[in-house]
Amino acid sequence: MLAQAPGSAVLSIAPATKLTIQRGATADFAVKAELQPGFHVNSNMPGDDYLIPIRLTWNKDPLEAEQVTYPKPQMEKLSFSPNPISVYTGSFEIGTRFKAPANAMPGMAFMNGKLRYQACNNKECLPPRTVDVRVTLDIQ
Amino acid sequence: MSKTILGVCVTLTLAGVLVWTGCAKKARRSSAKPAPEFSLKDASGQTVRLADYRGKVVLLDFWATWCGPCKIEIPWFMEFEKEFKDQGFAVLGVSMDEDGWSAIKPYVQNMKMNYRVLLGNDAISTAYGGLDSLPTTLLIDREGGIASTHVGVSMGKEEFKDAIVKLLETTSVSAPVAPRDTVAVLARPGSR
Repeated sequence: MLAQAPGSAVLSIAPATKLTIQRGATADFAVKAELQPGFHVNSNMPGDDYLIPIRLTWNKDPLEAEQVTYPKPQMEKLSFSPNPISVYTGSFEIGTRFKAPANAMPGMAFMNGKLRYQACNNKECLPPRTVDVRVTLDIQ
Repeated sequence: MSKTILGVCVTLTLAGVLVWTGCAKKARRSSAKPAPEFSLKDASGQTVRLADYRGKVVLLDFWATWCGPCKIEIPWFMEFEKEFKDQGFAVLGVSMDEDGWSAIKPYVQNMKMNYRVLLGNDAISTAYGGLDSLPTTLLIDREGGIASTHVGVSMGKEEFKDAIVKLLETTSVSAPVAPRDTVAVLARPGSR
């Protein structure tokens, strides 16, 4: 509903490195994010039903995302809330444990996901954004 | 002949009253950029147009339930609504929540918001420049002109209040000022 001007994203995601995984095995991968100073995003459990949590989701194949692990949030007391809000600031990583099915096709492939977040500073909020995340896979 | 003289006298008197009223109320023609017109629904499904508020000073607040800083201003705006609504003032809160009324209604009840809340859409977002940040608050004068725009919590409560009072003093809601061309028509001799 809300527009966001090109280049106005306050969260950047580091280019993904290649993930090598054996068929039938698991491997860990981290999405590395960095926020502009002064901004925060809500953690995956912001502690206020109205706030939009950060959420990393993955497609169903070629790998299975067994577990997504969010970093420990900071509890920040912000001027608009009587209680501290659970947020991320600066650089942080969201981990995923992938499992390759035993019958996965070996070779190069991609795993696609989406990171949804909503950023604010003390004075203003930017609209929620959903950005694509892609991992290059080497399935062996 | 006497009827004509009487008619001219009445016309001139009417014109004089209108001109005097206009001067007394510090009438002006807004040189501000017109606020884009919109048509949105409120919580009861009633269509609300900005034009419905012509003649009033309007505080138009774009907000969302997920916007923490918006929460700072909402109690201020509730106070302004209460204090100034009888002086030709209204607050319109346009929520930009994608989840619509299911998200907005509980929030409005919880905050006990006393002013009209509307559900925004892409069209109003585009019309008002994309609304890259919330809150975005506009003060609109009685003639529908944008007196000021405030992105984020950029102004304190008292500054907002001062700006509203200043706009309210510019013209009176009970005595809308006749445009100059209307006065000219009324004053034209032999127009009756």
